[in-house]
Amino acid sequence: MKFFLKILKDFPAYLWSGWGAIASILLFIALWDVGNQTYGNLVLPSPLETFKTLYAMLHSKDVWEQIDITLYRASVGFGLSLLFGSVLGLIAGFFATASMMSRPIVTILVGMPPIAWIVLAMIWFGMGDETVIFTVVVASFPIIFVGALQGTRTLDGDLKEMADSFHFPWYMKFVDVYFPHIFSYIFPAWVSGLGMAWKIVIMAELLATSDGLGAELAIARSQLDTPTALALVTIMIGSLMFIEYIILEPIKREVELWRA
Amino acid sequence: MESLEVKHLTHHFGFTEILHDINFTLKKGEVLSIVGPSGGGKTTLLHLCAGLLDVEEGFVNNSFKSTAFAFQEGRLLPWKNVIDNIAVGLLARGDKKSVAMQKSKDIALKFGLEEDDFEKFPKDLSGGMKQRVNFARALVTKPSLLFLDEPFSALDIGLKRELYAHLIESCKEDNMSILFITHDLMEGIRLSDEILLLKADPGHIVKTFKYDTPKDKRDDVFVYEESAKILQDKEIIETFELNSLELK
Repeated sequence: MKFFLKILKDFPAYLWSGWGAIASILLFIALWDVGNQTYGNLVLPSPLETFKTLYAMLHSKDVWEQIDITLYRASVGFGLSLLFGSVLGLIAGFFATASMMSRPIVTILVGMPPIAWIVLAMIWFGMGDETVIFTVVVASFPIIFVGALQGTRTLDGDLKEMADSFHFPWYMKFVDVYFPHIFSYIFPAWVSGLGMAWKIVIMAELLATSDGLGAELAIARSQLDTPTALALVTIMIGSLMFIEYIILEPIKREVELWRA
Repeated sequence: MESLEVKHLTHHFGFTEILHDINFTLKKGEVLSIVGPSGGGKTTLLHLCAGLLDVEEGFVNNSFKSTAFAFQEGRLLPWKNVIDNIAVGLLARGDKKSVAMQKSKDIALKFGLEEDDFEKFPKDLSGGMKQRVNFARALVTKPSLLFLDEPFSALDIGLKRELYAHLIESCKEDNMSILFITHDLMEGIRLSDEILLLKADPGHIVKTFKYDTPKDKRDDVFVYEESAKILQDKEIIETFELNSLELK
């Protein structure tokens, strides 16, 4: 509780530190406008036109339904990866044999291109939610798994010994010795897993479904509707930036204050 | 009477014998140091006595009511600030949080830490401050037996003396016992009632030195004189391999 209050207390200062980021985004939009003036509206619509399309889209119920669908798929996929990746990673980390055995499997999972997974998933599950969710899980699970595994493997033996010398009870050992260390590995893994899930969900939808933001993007492409395509991209990037910078980054800063 | 008894203690790592037939008794209120060259099994012996390693052969009987450990390299929890680090020992034995915090603050001030430092994380502390925290964490629990694993080796002379004084005070006031390992003979002479000389390969005790002068009466002259004396000892010369050096 105290912890969350501290996050809220430091939040305005954190936001205030964001001016640099905003300046850089504005510079990026300026360059985008230069691109529009050079190449014309069909290739690259102006930021203004894109934002107008976006504004209109956000006022139509239909788009929100598509966003809902995509959000649902991404959260189920990410949620499953989070749960299984963390738990299995922790277990694998505690046993030397399990972590040795899991390494090549993780390499296979990470090394296999997501597009190949989509093809397999389409054959196995057909065109629907399952294909998308499966692809998301396959892509973000290994990231989280490796994070949890590394966190457990790198626990400091010296600190364990210290805890033993003071006869820490088991819950203190977990809360004060193991958890903060593991969390400092697993939390960044969750963040990258989430980013991965959000990217993969769009790609899988584009190829394998007829609804969701990815499918909308496919339709925009077939109609050469560049403003709509860019507006959709803006939604995707905007939502990712919101989650990452407004929700996760302040938590991460508080949690990792102790880091050098 | 509380005591630490070690009898016929032998220890192996794999096929290598690290310790061979160690015998000693540490009584309540005594300071016992184990002196020997690096890599001679001192740390292993201390860990066996503190229960951090399992005894394989022989036996260790520790009847002290409470123990604490001060490590060579601090071993502070990097995610806890100074006060929370000092309080871990108190919390582990079940003290109430408010009590533990108060005790920790009191001892931190006594050990020369300032209130501005209380909220700092270990990464922001100097080596000396970390070691103050390390000692405070061990002594705040008022252990009846304190294990010291060369905690002074990286400290400047001023801080060393300050910490010696704290230890001598705790021994006097709370009748605390100390099992202390070091490779510094002068340190041993300053603090101990008894020094055991541990010779390496495998670690075994070759000689015992006793000092009866009260610890607060041991000034520099005493320590230097005794060190000079002990350095002439045949066993010391052999154990630390002093004769192979042509330093005259």
